[in-house]
Amino acid sequence: MFTLFFIDLGRRMLEFLYFIGGLTSLAAQTVYLTFKPPYRYEHIIVQSKKAGYDSFPIVSVVALFIGFIFALQSAYFMQRIGSEMYIASLVALSIVRELGPVLTALVVAGRVGASNTAELGSMQVTEQIDALETLATNPIKYLVVPRFVALSLMLPILTLYANIIGIMGSYLICVFKLGITSSMYMNITFTSLAYKDLFIGLFKAWIFGMLIALISCHEGFNVRGGAEGVGKATTRCVVFTFIVIIAADCFFTALFYFIFP
Amino acid sequence: MIEIQKLSKKFNNNLVLNELSLNIETGQTCVIIGRSGCGKSVLLKHIVGLLRPDLGRVLIDNKEVASLRELELIALRSKISMVFQGGALFDSMNVTENVGFGLIEHTHISYKELLSRVEESLSLVGLGGIGNLTPSELSGGMKKRVALARAICIRPEIILYDEPTTGVDPITADSINGLIRSLHDKLKVTSLVVTHDMKSAYHIADKIAMMYKGKIILEGTPVQIQNTADPIVHQFINGFSKGPITDSVDILK
Repeated sequence: MFTLFFIDLGRRMLEFLYFIGGLTSLAAQTVYLTFKPPYRYEHIIVQSKKAGYDSFPIVSVVALFIGFIFALQSAYFMQRIGSEMYIASLVALSIVRELGPVLTALVVAGRVGASNTAELGSMQVTEQIDALETLATNPIKYLVVPRFVALSLMLPILTLYANIIGIMGSYLICVFKLGITSSMYMNITFTSLAYKDLFIGLFKAWIFGMLIALISCHEGFNVRGGAEGVGKATTRCVVFTFIVIIAADCFFTALFYFIFP
Repeated sequence: MIEIQKLSKKFNNNLVLNELSLNIETGQTCVIIGRSGCGKSVLLKHIVGLLRPDLGRVLIDNKEVASLRELELIALRSKISMVFQGGALFDSMNVTENVGFGLIEHTHISYKELLSRVEESLSLVGLGGIGNLTPSELSGGMKKRVALARAICIRPEIILYDEPTTGVDPITADSINGLIRSLHDKLKVTSLVVTHDMKSAYHIADKIAMMYKGKIILEGTPVQIQNTADPIVHQFINGFSKGPITDSVDILK
């Protein structure tokens, strides 16, 4: 029983090390090839539309509801201590530093990351990636780099947009439900936010964008076993990306806490 | 010339290629026959550098494929085309973009010339005028022929075919065989064809090599292969369900 447990544990540890090794190798090659000509601008534009422009509706809905929920939950406690006016600063700081980047990244990981894995996975099982190589085209340059550049550019933009929508959702609750005046809400929001808060949030979004692109493409390239393999890889991509995003967020939050206390 | 020297490849504990050696002369059409899953496609992937050998080496024009640098490998691959078993056409592109992919990526020819080369390649496989269709609108046989058009569009010196006639009707299979033969005759292309379709093998081969348990156990002209006394080759080429190949599987079971 214990032997089986340790065999399974060892197997999982090895799988994890293979995953980390593969991901690191893919990251190094992708960064190198990103700066190596030729630059495929048209592919980057296509991927930016898929990853960014097409994600605006879902990001809008999620950010708006998060703004509503966060304002209402904060009001539940703040009203007890008579500090409703501080809801604005609480919401603004939380959304800009944490919720905006993390929730946007999770939404994009579920929507775009899963789609990348499924697309590249299907190409892998139908030998299209091998065909690319035999046609003297580097699959990382052709398939990964445009997705990597698009996601690392689009995620900060989507996060900025999600910040605005989230704060707007909170504004609607505070102004129309809790009776805080519009000018006071805006005033408290802007005075509580510093440039460093915005920078930290957008920096994290940039990192999350790169991680989503790398993990999703890595999982897609490593699909084995036909349609079932594509399904499993897509699930694994979403699970890994969620865990990595939360872990990276924890790391950067701690790091920035000590750098910019 | 393609020289395969003592090539070995293992996947997990399964030895797929076991010190396999084979030479293919320039301009020759060599057909490799063998049971499904015996490692024929793995061999092709080593030749084009998609897989690296555990032991042994593949030399093309005296250059070892596995030790080539990136730019040398790109230069080599621009001389080699591979026709995949399922076609491996790019779903996101139409037929013209698929067939012209190699030219779009690696040459600076004009759009007009590109269209002319693509149409010429499609006409050679009997599919002129379908450039605007997408792979999902093609039948299995058409996909194979478009893949063949993509392979010949870059005017390669070597073409590797992975089961080019599997899954197509006999008439299409015959036209594909005719095309492989005519490419050999007109363009002097070196061809390596993996198949278990014996009719196709006899039709197109200058040389047939039988692969069994990771090795080439016999090679010769189609006539020599047809008249062989080797019981393994004899069973395979005649499609008998009983014989040394199936007996050895039964013993293993």
